[in-house]
Amino acid sequence: MSEQRQLRLVVNGEVRTGQVEPRKLLVDFLREDLGLTGTHVGCEHGICGACTILVNGEAARSCLMLAVQADGAELLTVEGLAREGRLHPLQDAFWEHHGLQCGFCTPGMLIAAYDLLQTNPTPTEEEIRAGLSAVLCRCTGYHGIVRAVQAAAECLRGGEE
Amino acid sequence: MEQFTPKLVGARVKRREDRRLLTGQGAYTDDHRPSGLLYAAFLRSPYAHARIVRLDPAAARSLAGVATVMTGEELARLVKPVRAGSNMRDYKTTSWPPLAVGKVRHVGEAVAVVVAESRYLAEDALEQIDVDYEPLPTVADAQAASEPQAALLHEEVGTNVLLTRQFAQGEVDAAIAGAEVRVRERFRFHRHAAICMENRGCLAEYHAGTGALTLRSATQCPGLLRDVLADLLDLPEHCVRVVAADVGGGFGAKSSLYPEELTLCAITRLLARPVKWISDRREDLLTSTQAWDEVVEAELALRADGTIVGLRAEVTTDIGAYSIYPWTATVEPVQTISFLPGPYRVPHYRGRTRGVATCKAPLGPYRGVGRPITTFVMEGLMDRAARRLGMDPVELRLRNYIREEEFPYKTPSGIVWDQASLTACMHKAREALDYEATRQWQRQAREEGRWVGIGFATYIELTGVGSAIPVSPGMPISTGTEAAFIRVDPSGTVTAAFSVAPQGQGHETALAQVVADALGVSFQDVRVICGDTAVAPHGTGTYASRSAVLAGGAAILAGRALREKTLQIAGHLLETNPADLDIQDGRIFVRGKLERGIPFREIARAAYGGLRRLPKDMEPGLEVTRFYDPYYGTASSATHVAVVEVDRETYEVKIHRYVVVEDCGRIINPLIVEGQVRGGVAQGIGAALYEEVVYDEEGQLLTGTLMDYLVPTAAELIPIEVHHLETPSPTTLGGFRGMGEGGTIGAPAAIANAVSDALSPLGIEITELPITPERLFRLMRGTNELS
Ligand code: FES
Ligand code: FES
Repeated sequence: MSEQRQLRLVVNGEVRTGQVEPRKLLVDFLREDLGLTGTHVGCEHGICGACTILVNGEAARSCLMLAVQADGAELLTVEGLAREGRLHPLQDAFWEHHGLQCGFCTPGMLIAAYDLLQTNPTPTEEEIRAGLSAVLCRCTGYHGIVRAVQAAAECLRGGEE
Repeated sequence: MEQFTPKLVGARVKRREDRRLLTGQGAYTDDHRPSGLLYAAFLRSPYAHARIVRLDPAAARSLAGVATVMTGEELARLVKPVRAGSNMRDYKTTSWPPLAVGKVRHVGEAVAVVVAESRYLAEDALEQIDVDYEPLPTVADAQAASEPQAALLHEEVGTNVLLTRQFAQGEVDAAIAGAEVRVRERFRFHRHAAICMENRGCLAEYHAGTGALTLRSATQCPGLLRDVLADLLDLPEHCVRVVAADVGGGFGAKSSLYPEELTLCAITRLLARPVKWISDRREDLLTSTQAWDEVVEAELALRADGTIVGLRAEVTTDIGAYSIYPWTATVEPVQTISFLPGPYRVPHYRGRTRGVATCKAPLGPYRGVGRPITTFVMEGLMDRAARRLGMDPVELRLRNYIREEEFPYKTPSGIVWDQASLTACMHKAREALDYEATRQWQRQAREEGRWVGIGFATYIELTGVGSAIPVSPGMPISTGTEAAFIRVDPSGTVTAAFSVAPQGQGHETALAQVVADALGVSFQDVRVICGDTAVAPHGTGTYASRSAVLAGGAAILAGRALREKTLQIAGHLLETNPADLDIQDGRIFVRGKLERGIPFREIARAAYGGLRRLPKDMEPGLEVTRFYDPYYGTASSATHVAVVEVDRETYEVKIHRYVVVEDCGRIINPLIVEGQVRGGVAQGIGAALYEEVVYDEEGQLLTGTLMDYLVPTAAELIPIEVHHLETPSPTTLGGFRGMGEGGTIGAPAAIANAVSDALSPLGIEITELPITPERLFRLMRGTNELS
């Protein structure tokens, strides 16, 4: 076994440490070492988006990063969206609008939507569709997902006013 | 059928399973990590067809962290090969060893397995296995494979044509010869992949002390797997448990037994340590069952007034390298000739089919099975006929649909349609679309030189199939029943367990709605458990649009039985005739006297409290198992309409509108039904426009990543308009009809017809799916060259 590297990072607001082989993927580190199995692996080659997380505030594919590259970074995964047992408006909206079926794409989809609304709080339907096109869903036809993001955007805007 | 009074059934109830899935708390196969876990990786053949001359695992075995390496010969001593039998006459049973023995038959077939302390180590060790192959001639396509001089995949049966079958009614040749109008076409539907976002995977655990084997698998069919695993591993069935907790999509591709499941079970038994295998996307594209890959030559004949007189078709299906268990290689080719006449009255019919083995991944059931292509073919012929007759395509369809008064209607292949709303669906679709206005818009757009078209497709499908007809023709196992086990706890909460096993269809919610209504308790008090053979009564799983009908029916039977017992206990305690009592929202009361009642949990407590509080001779307890067999099954139907535009420069097809009018009987949960319809349509649009599994002449897979195999993203799709007719099935309990597959059945045909309509001024008709820009370009140029 090759030598282990020490790792320290902030995940969902908590400081986490670990020891990994340099070749270990970030998504495997999250799932296996930290037990955060909410982030999913759908292709391991950067296309499906199921593994999408936020790294230092920006959407990234955790299957295309090595764990060691995230040393010192701040990560947000699906497990960090709800606060104190209260769902994030995006989660509520996905629930309300049937934005998920099997749920496998959902963690990546939620984070991609979170990222989209962060950069564009008032997206048009077209912008939502383009913005989410980096995450594949095979179940829903995206209908409920798009409606959910529209609803969440409205709710988040309402919250600010 | 007995009356069923719905209350929660029909309501747009938010799904119960969503909270855990939205917060990252789902329990998919790969999320389980028992202590002592080992990881498996498979060595896969780079050749499409080759003899294995030498396979040396010694170097891999000696690596640190490797627990075992196993070859095909070694594994063959531990498990029987899979033999998917059928009692269909002209079908040849072949063997499928879980790891190749002697030779490989498609690229990606597993030849050895490594089990190690981590997946990284297991994959390292794969590189140390030395294999010498002697390539054999590649059998790359079905036509070549069926020639007498073709190399054989399965020497044991002496041919690559593993099945032939025919359905016939009347005098089709004479009828067609004498007809006034004939349309004939050769249709080609290419190979398709299900692409579940969760790749396949499984985790096997053997407990040496008790002899119990548990397999967690991303499967649609835990009950079915349990039965066959016990058989092939020679274990008592009561020692085998199969669990499918959260599963990330299935669409038919997770409904068969797979070699990896069998391999892992054998190895965990040997090592007495848990072993997990999770497919990567490339493996999934190489080895999960694929769909369609058919050529259909069909001819439709009509009278001058548009009445159909006859239909004949020859189908050739490329079934890939192996016949899958339990459905066999018959599932797609035979369903195709079985369903080809579709929603129409076809007095004279003959369909012939053959399934031919080639060096590709095995073909299996996929959403719609047979019907996406039969609808593409039949509806394509109908539009061609309408053009020839100068008739409106809607009028031609209305003239030929099976009429309301003709139900129950027996088809040439022996299927009985109980009832379907064919004409009503079309009327409603025409209205929802505003057909006249859309045609008007089309005329204007054409004048501007735009290529715009409208395409219709109507289908009828058999769902909720009972024991009268095997789900796959000639299949030796029965899939005609499902059961519900319902237990009321002493506290009054309810657990309902089923063998059906969802992969996103929301059974935990929908079945809880049915149970709550049947029993008379509140939705919150019902918990549904699916997909665990240790708690469920015997059944097979979720496939073939059967869960709402079969599990829903069983839920009604079991719920009613408990309701009756509850009323008897309540009558005893209230000193009232049980016939005068009613249950609602968890309370039992005297009809008309709401105040004279007793909470449900009181009854539950009494039921377990011994004989003192129960009617004389009543057995204590409040739980029951009921089986349901809908016998023939019930028909679902829909009309799909697509409005498309072909870009004159890029030849891209853009969908402007998509309308679905469907009748799936009594709807349990409209939210879920609409989700299924839209998701199904999305897959059908993918099949129509983007998705194609491509192998080269050497049998190498060219679409081995999601960059090459294109599934639609949010940007390609539009909002799909869904309308319901809700005609309760006359034959099933609860009036439910199955509807999980329909979206995928209608969409390829509707899109193809819309594109043909758009290009009809140029005399171009679509015969091949998917309609990629490249294919369209070639069609327009009337050439096969890209220049
Ligand atoms: S798993 Fe990372 S993009 Fe698919
Ligand atoms: S919900 Fe199944 S892949 Fe999106």
